[in-house]
Amino acid sequence: MLAFAAGLVTLALILVELNQERSLSLRIIYLGLAYLGLFACAHLAVRRWAPYADPAILPCVALLNGLGLVVIHRIDLAMEGTVFPDGSTWDPVAFKQVIWTAIGLLLFAATLKFLPDHRTLARFGYTFGLAGLVALMLPGVLPGFIAPEINGAKIWLRVGPLSIQPGEFAKILLMVFFAAFLVSKRDLFTTAGRRFLGMDLPRARDLGPLFAAWGVAVAVMVLQKDLGSSLLFFGIVLVLLYVATERAAWVVLGVGLFSGGAVIAWKLFTHVQQRVANWQDPIARYDVLGGGYQISQSLFGLATGGIGGAGLGAGRPEMIPEANTDFITAVIGEELGFVGFGALLLIYMVFALRGLRGAISVRDSFGKLLGGGLAFAVCFQVFIVVGGVTKLIPMTGITAPFLSYGGSSLLANYILVALLLRISAAARAPQRAPKPKPQQPAIADQHTVMVERPK
Amino acid sequence: MNTPLRRVGMAMMVMIVLLLGNATWVQVINADEWRKNPYNKRVLLDEYARKRGLITVADGTVIADVKETTDRLRYLRTYNNGPVYAPVTGYLSVTYGTSGMERAENDLLNGSDDRLFARRVSALITGRDPVGGNVQLTLDSKVQQVAYDQLTAKGFTGSVVAIKPSTGEILAMVSTPSYDPNRLASHDGNEQQAAWKELTAKGNGNPLINRATQGLYPPGSTYKVVVAAAALADGKGKDTQYTAAGTINLPGTSNAPFPNFNGQPCGPGQTVSMETALAKSCNTAFGEMAAQVGKSKLTAQSNKFGFNDSDLKVPLSVETSTLGAIQDEAALYQSGIGQRDVRVTPLQNAMIAATIANGGKRMQPYLVSKVLGPDLKPIDETDPDELDTAMTTANAGVLRDMMIQSEINTGGEGRLANIQVASKTGTAEHGENVSQNKPHAWYIAFAPAQKPEIAIAVIVEDGGDRGLGATGGKVAAPIGRAVMNAYLAGR
Repeated sequence: MLAFAAGLVTLALILVELNQERSLSLRIIYLGLAYLGLFACAHLAVRRWAPYADPAILPCVALLNGLGLVVIHRIDLAMEGTVFPDGSTWDPVAFKQVIWTAIGLLLFAATLKFLPDHRTLARFGYTFGLAGLVALMLPGVLPGFIAPEINGAKIWLRVGPLSIQPGEFAKILLMVFFAAFLVSKRDLFTTAGRRFLGMDLPRARDLGPLFAAWGVAVAVMVLQKDLGSSLLFFGIVLVLLYVATERAAWVVLGVGLFSGGAVIAWKLFTHVQQRVANWQDPIARYDVLGGGYQISQSLFGLATGGIGGAGLGAGRPEMIPEANTDFITAVIGEELGFVGFGALLLIYMVFALRGLRGAISVRDSFGKLLGGGLAFAVCFQVFIVVGGVTKLIPMTGITAPFLSYGGSSLLANYILVALLLRISAAARAPQRAPKPKPQQPAIADQHTVMVERPK
Repeated sequence: MNTPLRRVGMAMMVMIVLLLGNATWVQVINADEWRKNPYNKRVLLDEYARKRGLITVADGTVIADVKETTDRLRYLRTYNNGPVYAPVTGYLSVTYGTSGMERAENDLLNGSDDRLFARRVSALITGRDPVGGNVQLTLDSKVQQVAYDQLTAKGFTGSVVAIKPSTGEILAMVSTPSYDPNRLASHDGNEQQAAWKELTAKGNGNPLINRATQGLYPPGSTYKVVVAAAALADGKGKDTQYTAAGTINLPGTSNAPFPNFNGQPCGPGQTVSMETALAKSCNTAFGEMAAQVGKSKLTAQSNKFGFNDSDLKVPLSVETSTLGAIQDEAALYQSGIGQRDVRVTPLQNAMIAATIANGGKRMQPYLVSKVLGPDLKPIDETDPDELDTAMTTANAGVLRDMMIQSEINTGGEGRLANIQVASKTGTAEHGENVSQNKPHAWYIAFAPAQKPEIAIAVIVEDGGDRGLGATGGKVAAPIGRAVMNAYLAGR
């Protein structure tokens, strides 16, 4: 399957080169081989350190990552020589992304090697929680020179030449924390409060963590103007709570809280109002600064691509701002058409559901919770970004896992995959042979005992 | 914990299905709305990126070519001898759209025309890019060049249209000042913008307008041939007598003079024949003639020559030539000499000359002689099409003979040796202040008179280099004669 994914990606790369440059170079073979080599190493790492891991997850990731690389390269070609209004020129990023992929895969292998059992993580739950919270809030509270506001969102940390989005890592850290926390305090949350409208309401004091999460989500939205991360974060917490307690009441409460928060944010903040207005009628706000231009271009691209697509390298991604990050799925939808776009979504679905499958069959609660959370996080993130790109929901600005350009996102997602693989490996590993039962005395030698009648 | 996990799995699948559903809506069901949104430049850009067909003139010389480039648009449109042919070819600009033949034959040139369907299908199967068909024009490169040179030599603003009377083929269509469409077709957005600014700037004479089809001018005395045709159809002859007075009062007024050129009487007697009146271009006689024919017959005759035909396409769209309201007899007098509200395009006036030359049969004027596939195999050929019978052959002959007398009577230089020409000049006043405005100089003609092969209309705006003293004979006629000579000399 991995070889198949590699073949597909190389083919895609060839098409891009053909359409863009009208010539093929040996470069393609090298790139294809390098890609195959990288993932062969990843595959060996999985075989070595997590031999029972789900076999479908890594090829899905490889395909997504490879497609992302091809499209990022393709956008580089389209933007080549573009001079921006401030005089700077387009900086090709595909090579950087290849480096990030390599680093990501290293991190992936390291996670598998040094984390032979995911339950170890549960022990450091609070540490992770604190680290995650700090990472999440850091760019919001730090001054502008190390945490600059880019495209209206304050989610980056700039350290020398590198910019990091700590929020991407915070996502995983906090998930580990919540899973550990919920498992240890599970009984507390299942204690019934009053019954109301046929639901068991949790006791008021148990709502603490939920309110805390809500508070963090709102803070992210306000301080960092990052609607997507806020929504993603809150959604994950809700799902973890729901899975841990098996109570729909949490979901209802949480959705209610979030809706309330969202409405208030909409009333108070112009950047939220802009997003909603752009979503309602992008064309009407086409020429407005910060208006519907981007989402309109995305829809134009998708619609012009139609069913079959324009063909790789034959679309016009240069017309969509941020084409290689948040709007990369729009480029894929334009060039590969509805067919390719649907396939992409299905790959995400297979990936997330296989992850969830591992979570369902793993035997420990922490693993279940963490695995379910991770799988849901991927799917929900795809929903938020693709929904935004296709005008299903307001655009909130978030990366597409494995596709979008960006080191932080890629690294964090590779750690996420490693964790999912670790959990699925634990789930699929054969049961250790049961301890040999003590030799039973022969039937004749047994005493007569009183047996309970089968019910 | 497995039940809620399964439910979460369901929720995940629902999310993906929602996304798929929405993608179906955007990309398949509702796709056309987004695709055709005027803000969406993608379809347009794709068209530009396709190898566009060539435009050639009658002898096969390419006037609109394509050159492969290394940039995103892939093919650059280039125009050879741009300014000479610009009024016909028009321009193809990413920013400013298309005009002229580039617009009229756009579907064919960009390869989406139905006539290219079979080739498109085969291109789809073989995986090659669809290519546009080629357009071969009726223009004669020599005639076109001479006409352009004649107008530009003295910096005239004006137009020349030449038609082959027997078929309606347009042999030349020139409009000056012209422009170089290469600059608008440039792939450099700044170059396009600079060119556009310059070409649309006030005081630069509107070079983007094709005066041959879009310019509406009072025809002046050239319209007298239509009045004469109406009178002939009404049973009058070339010897029918009309007033020879130098000036008359417009009917219904006491003090509104209606003079001949310079107020001179048309002849020594009280009356003159229609033939003399036409040869000397006497206004009083033709005012009287128009009044005798009457508004309805004059209108009918004009329509037979092509007035009020709003559907005329060559295939460039042509402004409709009109007579105006003609509310009273005074207006009829003035309309009879091509003034008041009568407005014609140079193409219309050339069509009048060609119709008379063709024995009264009006042919559909056309610019596209052949449509060729990308492989240069002909797909479609234009057949000459008779639109109307404007005059009987006999009457057309009488009018021709009178126009020969008119040519003999006309001054100006460049008379053709050995070739008999039938013509009519016009010096059309225009604007509010007639005595201050320089008149437009007209000349319509065909030759050889007995067996016409070319009919032309020439207009030079605002008297050309002669100013207030300009006449059609002095300014426009030499140009017309040179153009006809260029065509006939080669045969």
